[in-house]
Formats: sequence, C-alpha cells, structure tokens
Amino acid sequence: MVLAALQAVQDAHGYLSPESVQAIAEYLGVSQNEAYGVASFYAQFKFIRPGRHAVKVCQGTACHVRRSDLVLEAFERELGIENGQTTADGEFSLERVACFGCCALAPVVVVDEDVHARVRMTGVKRLLKKYTGTGRSSEKLVASESDN
Amino acid sequence: MDNHPLINCIAVCSDSGCLSGGGEAVRTALVAALERKGLAQQVEVRATGCFGFCEQGPIIITRPDQTFYVRVKPQDADAIVTQHILGGKIIDRLLYRDAAGVKLPTTEGMGFYAKQRRRILRRVGEIDPEQIDHYLATDGYRALEKALKTMTPESVADEVERSGLRGRGGAGFPTGRKWRMARIAPSNSKEMAGRKFVICNADEGDPGAFMNRSLLEGDPHAVLEGLILAGYAVGAQQGYVYIRAEYPRAVRKIEKAIRQAYERGFLGKNILASGFDFDVETRLGAGAFVCGEETALLQSIEGRRGNPTPRPPFPAQKGLWGCPTTINNVETLANAAPIVLYGADWLNSTGTETSKGTKTFALAGKVRNTGLIEVPLGISLREVIYEIGGGIQNDKTFKLVQIGGPSGGCVPAEHIDKPLDYESLRALGAMVGSGGLVVMDEDNCAVDVAHYFLSFIQAESCGKCPPCRLGTLQMLHILDRIRQGEGEAEDLNRLLTLADAIQKGSLCGLGQTAPNPVLTTLRYFRHEYEAHVIEKRCPGRVCKSLITYSVQSDRCNGCTLCARACPAEAILGDLKQPHSIVIEKCLRCGACLDACNRDAILVN
Repeated sequence: MVLAALQAVQDAHGYLSPESVQAIAEYLGVSQNEAYGVASFYAQFKFIRPGRHAVKVCQGTACHVRRSDLVLEAFERELGIENGQTTADGEFSLERVACFGCCALAPVVVVDEDVHARVRMTGVKRLLKKYTGTGRSSEKLVASESDN
Repeated sequence: MDNHPLINCIAVCSDSGCLSGGGEAVRTALVAALERKGLAQQVEVRATGCFGFCEQGPIIITRPDQTFYVRVKPQDADAIVTQHILGGKIIDRLLYRDAAGVKLPTTEGMGFYAKQRRRILRRVGEIDPEQIDHYLATDGYRALEKALKTMTPESVADEVERSGLRGRGGAGFPTGRKWRMARIAPSNSKEMAGRKFVICNADEGDPGAFMNRSLLEGDPHAVLEGLILAGYAVGAQQGYVYIRAEYPRAVRKIEKAIRQAYERGFLGKNILASGFDFDVETRLGAGAFVCGEETALLQSIEGRRGNPTPRPPFPAQKGLWGCPTTINNVETLANAAPIVLYGADWLNSTGTETSKGTKTFALAGKVRNTGLIEVPLGISLREVIYEIGGGIQNDKTFKLVQIGGPSGGCVPAEHIDKPLDYESLRALGAMVGSGGLVVMDEDNCAVDVAHYFLSFIQAESCGKCPPCRLGTLQMLHILDRIRQGEGEAEDLNRLLTLADAIQKGSLCGLGQTAPNPVLTTLRYFRHEYEAHVIEKRCPGRVCKSLITYSVQSDRCNGCTLCARACPAEAILGDLKQPHSIVIEKCLRCGACLDACNRDAILVN
C-alpha cells in the first residue's frame, strides 16, 4: 500500500522530503522509483515544504468562468511567488486546485481550512493581511521539523 | 415572563458551501441566543445538509412554520430568537426576494424550487446527517431489512433493473445489469478465491460539480445503505468508499456513518441475523481525475498509480485484486434503497422512456440562482437555466452551458429547449456526466473554455496512451496560438484531425472523451474560432492578447480607485479628472475593471 503510506507521511510532515520517500520505499520493500512514481502521479503530494499558511486558489470550471485565473495572478503578484511555490519567509505557499465543490460561491479561495467565497481581485491584499504573522499552522510545522 | 417558543427546530445548512459564508458562526450564535433566553432545551438547532440554494447562503429554516431566512449573519441570532421564535413575527429583512422584488417567507413560490423534485435529496436539509436515528426515523435501513429478510440477492438486482436505474456517474450503464454481471462472475483469483467487492465511487473529480459531496455530507447513510444492498445483490463481502481527500467534511461524515452502522448492526457479521456478512472501509483519493475511471480507480485502491487497464476483462469479471467488482457512483447507490423499499415504480414513474428518475446537478456559472438542484430527467435546459436558475446574471445574454465536465461538451443557446437526458445530450455531443452544469454568458469565450478543459485534461492524462498524452498537448499548443492571435486557418482542421486520432487511439474514457469540449465548441462556435484566427479578435473579450483596456472619460469621475488597484502603475490621471490607461504598460489583469464603481472601464 504505497499510496496509503505516502498519505500518512504527508499528513504528519506536511510534505514528502526525498528522505521520507526513501524511507517509505525501504519500509515497504519497493524501489524508490516505484514510491516516487506513485507520489508524483497524484496532485495531493507535495515535494517542497509548505508555508505556514496554505493558499489554495480554485481553478474549477465555475471559478474559471468567473475569472479565477485573474484572482490567481493577483495572489502571485501580491506574494511575489508563482503557483506551487512558498514565500521566502515561509509564511505562505500558493497552489492552484482543480475544484473544492463550492462552485455556487465562485471564485473560491481556501486558506488553511477557511473557505473564502466570491473573492475579488481587489480584496486579495486584505485577505492575506488576516493571516500575516498569525501562527495558525506553525505548531504542526515545528512538530514536523523535530520529527525529521 | 414565560417563554413559549413557537418554533421547535432551526435547521442551519452546514454544507461546505454555506459554511464558507459563515454558517458555522450563525449556528453557534443561535445556540448562544437560545441559551440566553433559557430555550436551549426546547428549541433544537440542527446542523443539516444543503438546502440547495447556495447563492443565498447561509440559509436557515425554522420549523414547523418553514420560514426560509437567507444570508443570515451571527448578529441576526438575537432578533430571530426574540422576534420570531418567541414573538411569532417573521423578520422581513431576512427573507428571500424574488426577481420581481416580492419577499417570500417559505420556499413556496420560489422559482428555484418550483420545478425541482427533491427525491434523492429528500433528507438532505431535513435531518442531522450525523444522527443515525434521524435516518432510521425516515425509513432508513428499512430497505436493507426488507432485502435481507424477504428478498434473494437476485431479486434485489432484478428490482433495480426493472426500475430502469442507470449509472449516475456519467456513462449511464444499467445498474441492475451491472450487479448481475458481478453476481454471476466466478471469483477464482489465486489468493482470494470466493471474494467479491463493491465500490462507491465518490471521486467527484469534475471541476464544476459538487452533487456527490453534498449528498455525502447531507445524507451519508443513504449512500451507505445503497452500498450494502449492492454488496448483498452482488454477493460481496467487502465494500469500499473511494472518496476525494479534497472533501474533508464529506470524508468525516461517511466515516462516522460507517462507525454508527457497525454499532447498530447494519455492518459487520451476520447483519440483522440474516447470515450476511459485510464490511466497509474508506479509501482516500489523492487528486487524480483519471481515477474516476473504473480501472484506474481499482489501481488506486490497490495503492498504485492510477493507470487505466484494458477492458475486457471488465471489473465485473476481474476487478479489485482479480476478484469480481462492481463500481457505482454515489448518487446511483442513493437510488438503490428507495427502489428496493418502495419498488421499481418509485424510480420509473418519473423521467423519460430511456432515462428514468431524477438527477442532481450542480448549477453554477453565470445564472442568478446557483446551487444544488434535483430535477426529473427530461426537463428542458430552458427550464433549468431560466426558471430554476432565474436567468443570466446582470441581464447578460446566455451563450452556452457546459455539461458533464471535461468529458462533456458545450450546448449552445439554439438547443436550449432540448431535454436533459442521456440520449439527447449525447446527440448534442455532450453527456449527462456526473452532473455539472456551468452556465456561460456573452462575456465568456468559447475558445477559452475549450482551452480551459483541454489544459485540465492534458495535465490529468496519465500518460499511458501516446494519442492522449501527446495529442492533447498538440491541441493545446494550437489553442494557445489561436488565443494569442497567431492562429492560422488550417489550425481548425488540425484540431479535428488530432481529436479524431485521440478518440480512436485512447484506452480509457478520459482519452476517448478528451476532445469533446473542443469538438462541441468547434461545432457550435466555429465563427468564434474564426474571429480569433482571421480577424484577430476575441468576441467574448477574454483572450488577453486580443483585448485592450481603456477608460471611458465621460463616465470616469477621477476617484483614483482604478489607479490604486493597478499593479503595473499603468493608469494615469489626477484626482477628480478622467483617468487613462497606458496600453504598453497594461497587464490586462482586470484589476481596474474590478475596482471601478462607475462602469467606466471598457474592454475591447
């Protein structure tokens, strides 16, 4: 069960480091290629350390027709990073997501576990401000660092 | 003063949709307000599933009078308790106003509900999905009891086949026949002889669809009971719910339902003293659209990459770990219990000749009323878009509706009177799919929509079959060129040639249907492609290389909002003087359009 093992490790650490993929492969007695092959197949798995706050911008169909592409660009400009990256200070990571299933409220942005509905480009700065400097998911990160 | 509440229950929508609008805070505020008045014991605040009308969320309904309050805020809680619950006075400002401005106290007379038939969703929004007793009190698990005590597995499959139920996940295969195929298939794999499996496919991967999520969040036991019935009919000992990790609330709800079903003896050994043993576990999908395809899903449950495999052998013959396996969609399974309990007529008394029953759809995009709907199959698109959906937002012109996600297609305005059923949609080049309906207006671009779906499919192609892996990439390059104004006339024929090769040369449904969004937009909106290619113009004013932004000086009052919003400092102008945009600097990001309150930004 390579998939389940990868999910469990990412749940605990927030991402899959090269060392953890190697450890999983050894534990299950499969090649590292196979473990990495499964991990890279699924969008859920991350290979870089996520920021303290995960910003996920929905790019589902309903969001797209309400111009979520422009919302994503606004986040990229505001954070100075591209989709899939983490800011240098480790505060935010930015990710595009296929669909959260809140299509009636498009465009939708999810930060950590908070769903933000009908996000406007002009509201991006204020939305991020709410999270700046708050350590909401930092305990988890500290815990994962000491685990490694 | 004595407190005599006139209301005994306040239902608060706790679906992911309303929660994002602050539904949880509303619920907590209501509980606190009731406690302050000493009513906590007399009035139940019930966290229910989705009422459907997500556009108006957060929504609450008081019972028994069924007052329907919309866009409720936590600070409204005290007024609701003192004025309505104790005083019996409906709070006007929280009522829904229809298009004509009339305030409606209940769902009676609301266009959004008038044409719907909430049958699969009959408990969603009524019961607390986390209370198995609520489910039991509304005929829950009675179908299972009837089947185990009075019906053979064959007769369960027969009843479902007689009802005419077809798969709600997309392809529309007859469910009863699917069950029978797995039932009669021998299970003779080496390690697991005699084993059979049933799987609930809750990997709702279509962007723009959320019906399965809402059903699982609002009535998880109905899906679970359907899965147990499928297990009985097929002769399986084990069921799996394969569900997307992106739906954490739905995962929690179904896992809780499974625990409760074990506690009450609806799962496990010797269910209801019938001798039938059945176990259910969840398996989390990890974000791969192709895993909605049956054979890919099986690979994923076995813990591998979700690469589809050739059929035959079909999963009904050799599925999970080589054993006969039935895979049914969430909504398909939710149909099973009422069919078994009330008989095949429960389903086939509604719908059309070949498409029986009702279907849930996620209505989204540019309609006024977005949300979760359930309609009889065969209803016209016009009824869905203009009566249930309330027409197009901001009085814009309807252009097309995208049906069925990336495997589906775009249906244009001229076919708006066509019925919504399996055969009609297929004839139009679209499909019922799992049920996403995304409505688009004059401001959307057909080429951009095709590009959107193709880039999704291209990224989600598992890579096994070259026509899908490479063909979709070439199509995407062509669409990129067209969007940038660099397309040539021959490109449209190249798209058709590639589409044909991908359809013929791909193993699984994802590849075979991948060109559909391009083919349907080319079929119905060829003129729009030609405008991009020949006139270098985007009629929907979406494709960035083909549009310019400018300020209409007669409308601009120089408020500077746009200049401050512009990330490129491309907008010049003094306070209270008309502004202007420096085209060379403009990123075409749309920030000024979003910021302007006076409709002064023109896109051409």
